[in-house]
Amino acid sequence: MAIDIDIAYVARLARIELSDEELEHYGAQLEGILEHAALVQQLPTQGVEPTSHPLPMVNSFRPDEVTPPLDRETALSQAPQADGGHFRVPPTLEEE
Amino acid sequence: MSSPVDLTLAGAAAALRDGQLSARELLEATLDRAVLTEAELHAYLTIDHQGARAAAAAADEAIARGDHTGPLHGIPVAVKDNMVTAGLETTAGSQILAGYVPPYDATAVAALRSAGAVIVGKSNLDEFAMGSSTENSGYGPSANPWDTGRVPGGSSGGSAAAVAAGSAQVALGSDTGGSIRQPASLCGLVGMKPTYGLVSRYGLIAFASSLDQIGPIARTVEDAVTTLEVIAGHDPLDATSYRGAYPDYRSSLGRGVDGVRIGVVSELAGEGIHPDVLSAFRSAVDALADTGAIISEVSLPSMEYALSAYYLIAPAECSANLARFDGVRYGLRVDGATVEEMTARTRAEGFGPEVARRVLLGTYALSAGYYEAFYGQAQKVRTLVIQDFTRAYAHVDVLVSPTSPMTAFEFGSRTADPLSMYLVDVCTIPSNLAGGPGISVPIDLDTSNLPIGFQVMAPPLGEETLFRVAAEVERVTAWNDRRPPLVEARS
Amino acid sequence: MKYESVIGIETHVELATDSKMFCGCPVRFGADPNTNVCPVCLGLPGALPVTNEKAIEWIVAIGLALECDIAHRSQFHRKNYFYADQPKNYQISQYDVPVCSGGALEIETGGRPTRVRINRVHMEEDTGKMIHVGGGGRIKDADHSLVDFNRAGVPLVEIVTEPDLSTPQQARAFAQELHSIVLTLGVSDAKLEEGSMRFDANVSLRPSGSEDLGTKVEVKNMNSFRSLERALTYEIERQTAVLAAGDRIIQETRHWDEGAGVTEGMRSKEESSDYRYFPEPDLVPVEVDETWREDIRRRIPELPAARRVRYAAQGLDPDSIAVLSGGGSALTGLFEDAVAAGADPKVIANWLLGEVTAYLRRETVDLSETALTGEHLRDLERLYAAGDLSSTAAKQVLAGVLAGEGNPGEVAEARDLIQISDAGALSAQIDQVLADHPEEYQRLRDGDAKVIGYLVGQVMRITGGKADPKVVSGLLQEKAEA
Repeated sequence: MAIDIDIAYVARLARIELSDEELEHYGAQLEGILEHAALVQQLPTQGVEPTSHPLPMVNSFRPDEVTPPLDRETALSQAPQADGGHFRVPPTLEEE
Repeated sequence: MSSPVDLTLAGAAAALRDGQLSARELLEATLDRAVLTEAELHAYLTIDHQGARAAAAAADEAIARGDHTGPLHGIPVAVKDNMVTAGLETTAGSQILAGYVPPYDATAVAALRSAGAVIVGKSNLDEFAMGSSTENSGYGPSANPWDTGRVPGGSSGGSAAAVAAGSAQVALGSDTGGSIRQPASLCGLVGMKPTYGLVSRYGLIAFASSLDQIGPIARTVEDAVTTLEVIAGHDPLDATSYRGAYPDYRSSLGRGVDGVRIGVVSELAGEGIHPDVLSAFRSAVDALADTGAIISEVSLPSMEYALSAYYLIAPAECSANLARFDGVRYGLRVDGATVEEMTARTRAEGFGPEVARRVLLGTYALSAGYYEAFYGQAQKVRTLVIQDFTRAYAHVDVLVSPTSPMTAFEFGSRTADPLSMYLVDVCTIPSNLAGGPGISVPIDLDTSNLPIGFQVMAPPLGEETLFRVAAEVERVTAWNDRRPPLVEARS
Repeated sequence: MKYESVIGIETHVELATDSKMFCGCPVRFGADPNTNVCPVCLGLPGALPVTNEKAIEWIVAIGLALECDIAHRSQFHRKNYFYADQPKNYQISQYDVPVCSGGALEIETGGRPTRVRINRVHMEEDTGKMIHVGGGGRIKDADHSLVDFNRAGVPLVEIVTEPDLSTPQQARAFAQELHSIVLTLGVSDAKLEEGSMRFDANVSLRPSGSEDLGTKVEVKNMNSFRSLERALTYEIERQTAVLAAGDRIIQETRHWDEGAGVTEGMRSKEESSDYRYFPEPDLVPVEVDETWREDIRRRIPELPAARRVRYAAQGLDPDSIAVLSGGGSALTGLFEDAVAAGADPKVIANWLLGEVTAYLRRETVDLSETALTGEHLRDLERLYAAGDLSSTAAKQVLAGVLAGEGNPGEVAEARDLIQISDAGALSAQIDQVLADHPEEYQRLRDGDAKVIGYLVGQVMRITGGKADPKVVSGLLQEKAEA
């Protein structure tokens, strides 16, 4: 199966800044891996349910009880940039 | 023995309990061993001298008070650096987490601490546990104590190297596609991946959430059991944590395999397996038959597709799990004019090539128009793998295969082609997909004097039978007195 | 060409659970930034989510109130997109199997009912909040942004309608009715101005009578029912003008600017729609079996629509019905208690909406800060019905009870407000008045009914206002005929 990947689009989705050379390099590697991975498409799976959990479990809940939060100094201690109790980031291009 | 570090965990624990050895003496001997071996092995990313000494002193004081907390009390343990440790740098082998100090302990780490274990430090790994050789570590690879020109396996290669070299008595690893069993196999150790859900994943930096499991790397099956009994248990902080009863695994040791039905997986014990590995494996199977096991060949047709399914499911989950490394709250930040640019640059700089490759692969496999063909289909193949196992376990109690198709390979021999590295995990991946336990037990050396591992697999929660068979493999092959040449030379 | 508008509403409701959706951090509005955060809701490496059981019970309650089917088994998905206020850069949400689907809510505008179908009600987690610093707080001119993760992980229920609404007035009525239901269920503060209940609208135009759907525009940032109606009115006019000019509507998200009274296009994410949903491997499926579902259903209080029917049957006026059935008024509980204790609904409603509301406003206190109970109201109403208190006196007693002076009997005693309605007790005073006013007495006997009012006033004067004027009037009639 021939795999065609818009690697620049994938890199934007994954939010990794790559040069043109890197894009080409990764694009070629992914195509190779996916050609092998495409083996999964050869197995007949009609009527087969997908598995997302290895064990059949349901309803793992916690009670609605408050546990102590981190103190703010700890919460912010690893921040590349903090400002007045906030995490600080450069301005955003996109609106939500 | 020239140093207490070369005792088994059981031996050291007995000496500690009887007062023949103090936790401080054992720790200092361990740190001494690290001084002798680390330059060549690089098993550790961080050695916590201060924390370990404090823990050893506390362990001794507790023993003096008559407060002995069990078989891990005072035992030096290495923790793979993808498990968070409060106040101790945790990087997951990635530059994106360089200098990161977590505010909390992983549940498995907390269990070690309350059992009185002494955490020596954080062991090296392939970045975010993605790899089979530690060559993907963002801080340089670890070496194999059996031949320092070769890899220790991965991704828990640092954990395996430390236990093999004696710079830890036992170690925690994590296993997503074989990352405990394969390095244990390549370093002549016992490595065990428990049933999914048996050990809490809380605090394990996620690679692929539906596959990841923490487990022990030890020198003997008994030591693995001892460690598992400390870290296994329901954790309300992990919604996928098993809620049923946790049996006493120790009682399954020494019971022999008379009448136990053992299936050899045809697809994993033939083509693609190195002849030395295959012949050692067959000899071990014969030895089990001699002690009363009922051996049969079992075919699991979906095995051929398991690797492909794995290399879609694991990257897909990792692409989301690793999205949180964005330069906002912790870890590396590379500046940019906008937050979008900052994050894209941070991730480009902070992730190594294998991690970037898998994130891209997983992103693609989940993206619009490709989900059904790749991720969706892989999940269905996962169902077929589980069904294959279920059918097989109707006729046999355990399944066996070599752990790794090859023994330790030379640095750089598989890095050029990602696919050739992925094939290393072909025997171990099926258990991760199906959720059942798997264990690797050392059985022999190949013609280059490199260890060969034997894998036992059991159905989910089949730990008792798994350990029963593994202990017998250990007994009939009489492996456990072998030590790597590096240790022989340095001690 | 004439166009008609087609509107669908997406509502986000923050649940007022004690703790967050997937961790034990407190859910509290207005706390200092980044003080209600932990490894889970900060997205720290290694942290894992665990589902809050009460949030599941509450979304089921919302679904049942909206006549939805409750999925026997549903699951969480990860919705992947990068945004700095989202700690994991994916949101735990639901995708193909939400907890609730296929319901309906009936609303009324201008006396005409409209049945609005509910497509789905699903469970997700909220994001943090960003402050854009510099450039007047506008995103595009900001110098940098500050992120607060207190809100990250707060349980969020999303309610999505079918495009069954056709006017801004209907949209407003829908929003108000849904708001009443949420308040009645007690699952959210539902404060629009604080964002704990948020309405987004999808609007499109189509030629009148057509069945096709036009290009839809999403309108966001409406912080009140009024602004929802205004924003939709504006947007419909805008789209009508675009079409009239022969241009095409662009599918986009537009931001309502309350001050300027206009909607403005937002810069959208380049790959905004490729969310790469996949089942959340850290969480197991949610199973709501019949026993659990029916247990939740039994605990659902009477909903606004049923309440309105009952209040109308009890004779309440439309204003009282609106306030007491809205779910947001503390008066409702008192009203129900008083009526349950046997009081006359109409009288109680009048007092609550009149005297009590005025008192609370005047004294700037909350009802919960007063001592008033349903039994007080019932007792007061009995004194009034028995004629022991005049209408004016009853209101004075009510003020006394609100001020904590005691129960109605005590206050009436202490303030000396019990009126004299006993004929025997009053006849001496009446005789006195008639003796003092012989001229008027004569006119009364001559059948001049107009003089009664004057004489009643005189009796009231000498009794210090405590006589029951109705009784006095009756006694005077008797004297006239005697």
